[in-house]
Amino acid sequence: MSARRAVAGQPSPLVDGIEKVTGEAVYTADLDTATCLSGRILRSPVSHGRILRLDVSRARALDGVEAVVTGEDCPRSYGVIPIAMNEYPLAREKVRYRGEPVAAVAARDARTAERALALITLEIEELPACYTSADARAAGAPLLHEDRPGNIEREVHHEFGDVAAGFARADLVREERFRCAEVNHAQMEPHAALAEYDAERDRLTLHSVTQVPYYVHLMLARCLDMDTSRIRVVKPFVGGGFGARTETLNFEIIAALLARATGGRVMMRLSREETFITHRGRPESEVLMRIGIGRDGRLCAVHCEVTQRGGAYAGYGIVSILYAGALLHGLYDIPAVRYDGWRVYTNLPPCGAMRGHGTVNVRHAFECLLDRMARELGLDPFAVRRANLLRAPTRSLNDLMINSYGLKECLDRVEKASGWRQRRGRLGPGRGLGMACSHYVSGAAKPVHWTGEPHAVVNLKLDFDGGITALTGASDIGQGSTTMVALAAAEVLGVDPGRIRVVVNDSVITPKDNGSYSSRVTFMVGNATIEAAKRLRAILIAAAAAKLDADPGDIECAGETFSVQGGEQSALSFAEVVRAALADEGTITVKGTFTCPPEAQGGRHRGGAVGSTMGFSYAAQVVEVAVDADTGRITVEKVWAALDCGYAINPLAVEGQIEGSVWMGMGQALSEETRYLDGLPVHASMLNYGVPSMAESPDIEVHIVESVDPLGPFGAKEAGEGALSGFPPALANAVADAIGLDMNVLPLTPDRVLDALIKARRAARRKEAS
Amino acid sequence: MRMISPVINGEECTDAVEDNLLLIDYLRRNRRLTGTKQGCDGGECGACTVLIDGRPRLACITLAAACDGAEIETIEGQKRGGRLSALQRAFHENLGTQCGFCTPGMIMAAEALLRRVPDPDDAQIRAALGGNLCRCTGYVKIIRSVRAAAGGGQ
Repeated sequence: MSARRAVAGQPSPLVDGIEKVTGEAVYTADLDTATCLSGRILRSPVSHGRILRLDVSRARALDGVEAVVTGEDCPRSYGVIPIAMNEYPLAREKVRYRGEPVAAVAARDARTAERALALITLEIEELPACYTSADARAAGAPLLHEDRPGNIEREVHHEFGDVAAGFARADLVREERFRCAEVNHAQMEPHAALAEYDAERDRLTLHSVTQVPYYVHLMLARCLDMDTSRIRVVKPFVGGGFGARTETLNFEIIAALLARATGGRVMMRLSREETFITHRGRPESEVLMRIGIGRDGRLCAVHCEVTQRGGAYAGYGIVSILYAGALLHGLYDIPAVRYDGWRVYTNLPPCGAMRGHGTVNVRHAFECLLDRMARELGLDPFAVRRANLLRAPTRSLNDLMINSYGLKECLDRVEKASGWRQRRGRLGPGRGLGMACSHYVSGAAKPVHWTGEPHAVVNLKLDFDGGITALTGASDIGQGSTTMVALAAAEVLGVDPGRIRVVVNDSVITPKDNGSYSSRVTFMVGNATIEAAKRLRAILIAAAAAKLDADPGDIECAGETFSVQGGEQSALSFAEVVRAALADEGTITVKGTFTCPPEAQGGRHRGGAVGSTMGFSYAAQVVEVAVDADTGRITVEKVWAALDCGYAINPLAVEGQIEGSVWMGMGQALSEETRYLDGLPVHASMLNYGVPSMAESPDIEVHIVESVDPLGPFGAKEAGEGALSGFPPALANAVADAIGLDMNVLPLTPDRVLDALIKARRAARRKEAS
Repeated sequence: MRMISPVINGEECTDAVEDNLLLIDYLRRNRRLTGTKQGCDGGECGACTVLIDGRPRLACITLAAACDGAEIETIEGQKRGGRLSALQRAFHENLGTQCGFCTPGMIMAAEALLRRVPDPDDAQIRAALGGNLCRCTGYVKIIRSVRAAAGGGQ
């Protein structure tokens, strides 16, 4: 690791960790509901249909029911992408997936609300439904949206470099089709929102589980036709997100509609099943990967086709299908890349952004196929990756900016730590080692909702008590962004972090922030914090200089004291300098901002902004497995993961992020999968969905690599997503090493492994017999 | 309805409860002890783990009515004299908590384990906490936190 700073660079427990371990942290569902009505949602019982009749009169008449709302109450669509807002909080005219909200009730308690739902008459003319991408794309398939022929939400065709020439030049060209199941975030906290409407002042307050309070604010104003100044959005503690909450969700708007209709407070708590149905997970993807390489392992060309089963509404779909192509770039030096992507509408809950957004399934296919081709050519998996490294600074073929690149060191670290050279091939039957590389953006350099404003704003307030308050809209969802702000400010100001309190996520207090997604917060909010702290520092230094009768340039500030460089005078304490500074202007408030420069904002081709970033994290990992040939069960024995995060502002949190993302990749690789029976989600509980428990989770050995990005805050980049997409291919490659089987599906559940083993044994017997 | 008199975090309480009231709702709503979390639709995630007569139990599948006379311990009762318990401190200092939603249940399950097995090895920790799901940490630092609290070193 590089030279450590005094504060920003030391392992630090979370500044809001005490609340979490004592149970004092207040999450949305923990808010006082004493004066709240209970909100409940009536959901579509069919996957596709036309609403013929929706009669809520009997529900409205029930004693204890305060309001019933339907699609009639909200004629405005919403969505996270300004050009693709095709969803309504409550269905209008048509329903497009089983579980889509149709009506909602606010009643004095949950039981009464449930009874009211049962009194609603809903008649639907059922229409044929499409549950797979293939069905939806078939000729004559029923259309989900009239303006989307063929049920194609977005088609992408990108070609960079001479792909045909690249394949012609290659010594080996291979093509494989991979299928990755749909997965869900399954954050521990079920969805909840508390909406409060002040009829006298026409003001709405929403507390919600969101990662993006600003986007929620915009959509509330749009759907309720209210001025944004009349709305307040607060994010309490949030029990995880992983992308599930990176767009406004229907229940947030429904809670607000009910609150306004009742003129009161409505608590909307979703069950785990409803939380699964709200979805926005990683889409089922079919990936056709074609790679051409030379005998030396150098990549010549790549052609990738991706079909994503997007579900019923747009959500982030356009971005997801663009990401899948854009992030073929930026990890290795590839001279020619062609990408064809199709995002397909189906009658299932809408997909969205999930940790490693867009890249995971494509990376899986690429790293699996590359490994097999290395094997065919007799090359070591590490050697074939090393043959294709980039050299920073550079720009990728699709014009993504790369200023720092620690992949080589990541490879070196995990190769050594895992004992790869000594141990691979010598672990005994049924055991194997596999590896893979991955990367991820440190924030989208061009946000989905483009306003031209700075990407991040942080305010600092210094007052008579010597306390510093940092105000940020950065949404801490457990990743530690609040702590990061405290550490960054304390580092620049040379003060004890305990002097700094961070106030977060209340739209009437904290500055706007785009939210926690695309791993943007450390890079953008971190830089804004540093700039704010530098401004405050300059004010304090000027005050100290005046008091010490010295030149500001000669003032040293560290350890909460100010002194003249090399001078004889005694140092001033922090308190003395604060008094001097406040004497001139009273309470001091400063602001820091961060804006991504134009050169970071991607290429000029259509969709070129997606994938554009200030810097990529890079990761390599080795996975050791044992495969039980009788049951097909895969046990992950150990993982060695290295990630280049630029610089670890909080190494403890960076470790936690790497461990968590590797493990989430393991869930997708081994057991997690959504399953629908005629559109009915049969996976929609924590047990059926398959989140790994502690009993089947391995030790993960983390190595932090620091390439020190020239533009990152203290050199930092993202740490929370980059390692995820390396796990599934490293696992599949380890399984191939262990039992000699290449499998093209995810997850690698025991039944699938056993099927493959049985087929392989039969094939071997047939071969023997013939 | 019936009257119950459990001892909650050392304090004797008497309340009238519906026969079908779940312990989790009794704790969260009637007693305003919201540290105990609900993460699933019943018995699947461990977030609501509390101790009943010293044993880890899921409050979301326990009836309040069954807790008459029982000693119930929740996360709110873990601090002593305003200071963190050994497990709370270990989870805080070792980042055994990220989003924090599983943390109260995880700490209560770990507390039950440490009372039974003061210095557990990794396998014993994995077995005892296997019913408590966490989505943030990959469990690595949770295991480390439990070991640290047990005094088994880091």
